[in-house]
Amino acid sequence: MPDNTASLRSHSEISRSSSAEVTYVPTKRVASKSAVNYDQAEILARVHAGDHQAFALLYATHKRQIYSLCLHMVGNIAEAEDLTQEAFLQFYRKINTFRGESALSTWFHRLTVNVVLMHLRKKGLQLNSLDEMMEPDSDQRPGRSFGAPDLVLSGAIDRLALERAIGDLPAGYRLVFVLHDIEGFEHNEIATLLDFSIGNSKSQLHKARMKLRESLRKHPQQGGRR
Amino acid sequence: MRKSANHLSCEEFQGQLPDLISSGERITDHPHLRSCYLCRALLADLETIAHAARQLFPVVEPPDALWRHIQSAIVNDAAPNLH
Repeated sequence: MPDNTASLRSHSEISRSSSAEVTYVPTKRVASKSAVNYDQAEILARVHAGDHQAFALLYATHKRQIYSLCLHMVGNIAEAEDLTQEAFLQFYRKINTFRGESALSTWFHRLTVNVVLMHLRKKGLQLNSLDEMMEPDSDQRPGRSFGAPDLVLSGAIDRLALERAIGDLPAGYRLVFVLHDIEGFEHNEIATLLDFSIGNSKSQLHKARMKLRESLRKHPQQGGRR
Repeated sequence: MRKSANHLSCEEFQGQLPDLISSGERITDHPHLRSCYLCRALLADLETIAHAARQLFPVVEPPDALWRHIQSAIVNDAAPNLH
């Protein structure tokens, strides 16, 4: 039987796996230093000194990852652009607080997630749904979510259907799912960012996937839903 | 409720799934899965969803205008001053 659990493992565990069956190796979507070869310390020093070109280089290095992170978290292009701008402004204002205790890209991703979270809280989105996740509703209790075996997802998931299903997730579920499964954050990082336990992060991710499964089984194609 | 070879019900097994999945262990070797088609199907679906999410949401390029907006905002920002 093929190992269907490969893509569900933590990223670090997958990286250590030598199984030939592992075809999907998610990694955090941080900007690769090799993509733009520069001396980080020198660039940061130049930004401190007010060097516009140095900040432009940092923007070029991180823009795609930061914009994508914002877009996936909020699901709205206009908001994602605004949040990306705010994230880079915060980056610029706070760059002198970067102590090098983590990779710059990791630090910037955390900063961006906090910018998005602050935005979502200001909008009054139901981030209290994070609490609701502690108590699964009746449809999500273990053992009640199987359905008929012949409805197993085929593996050919329609992008629009998945986007719709993710968009329909409660805000808290969506955040954990996007951060872990799309952006590649680890549970301990998510727990820190969202201020709850690692176990809660694992639980919420699982529930998010279960909700997506139910949604995709009901509406496997976006066109069939309307 | 289905009972597996090691007497775990589907409900009990699913209750352990979040930890099992994130543990890095080979869940497919779990005794319950060897005897339970429904839980194997569930696990396959969750794998499919996780894989699809990663594949269907690529890193995307922001619009060019965004940099100009950021530049303007930074110029208007108090400190540090850019040349």
